[in-house]
Amino acid sequence: MTILYGATLAVIAAAGLLTLLRLVRGPLALDRIMALDVLVTMTIAATAVGAVARDDTTAIPVLVVLALLAFIGSVTAAHLVEKREGMR
Amino acid sequence: MTTVLNAVTAVLFPAGAAFCLLGALGLLRFPDTTSRLHAAAKAQTLGLLLVLVGAAAQMPGRHAPVLLLVALFQLFTAPISSQIIGRTAYRTAGLDRDLLLRDELADRLVRDGIPLPGHDRPQRDDDAER
Repeated sequence: MTILYGATLAVIAAAGLLTLLRLVRGPLALDRIMALDVLVTMTIAATAVGAVARDDTTAIPVLVVLALLAFIGSVTAAHLVEKREGMR
Repeated sequence: MTTVLNAVTAVLFPAGAAFCLLGALGLLRFPDTTSRLHAAAKAQTLGLLLVLVGAAAQMPGRHAPVLLLVALFQLFTAPISSQIIGRTAYRTAGLDRDLLLRDELADRLVRDGIPLPGHDRPQRDDDAER
């Protein structure tokens, strides 16, 4: 099972790196917001796998916080983008 | 029982990770913001959901409700944030109209005499210049 957890974490980390590339490239602010949102989701997934792998459930409440943060953050940022574009 | 739970995790973890990877790949390779949104939603909902169910199978039962809460929250909020980002993309420069086969909202906007958004917008996020 340890190999499985390691492989899962590696694949999620690779996905996170690809998402990071999109975060750097942009080109719009919206793309970055979306990439950050996906990155937080992948952090949740990786944290869950890590909690199982280390048999340590202290990190479970963090998942709820991250889920809330990702949603509020991306919605607020998207609203800001819309406002900023609308003012031009 | 443990064998069954292990098998569930052994199937769901790689599946969830694969969805995360495919979503990230789509996020990187798709041409415009709205199509990237489509790929991102796969990683956000299916990828995370499969991993969470796989994790719940390995944990003591009292942690399952918390994971369920995270999964439900993600399922409820992913469409909302997708919709808001998609709407903002439509109104700003995030939509490549040449890729569209049909734009029903534009038909409606033209009929109602509302100018189409996103035609005179800059194509890049030029924060640095402002």
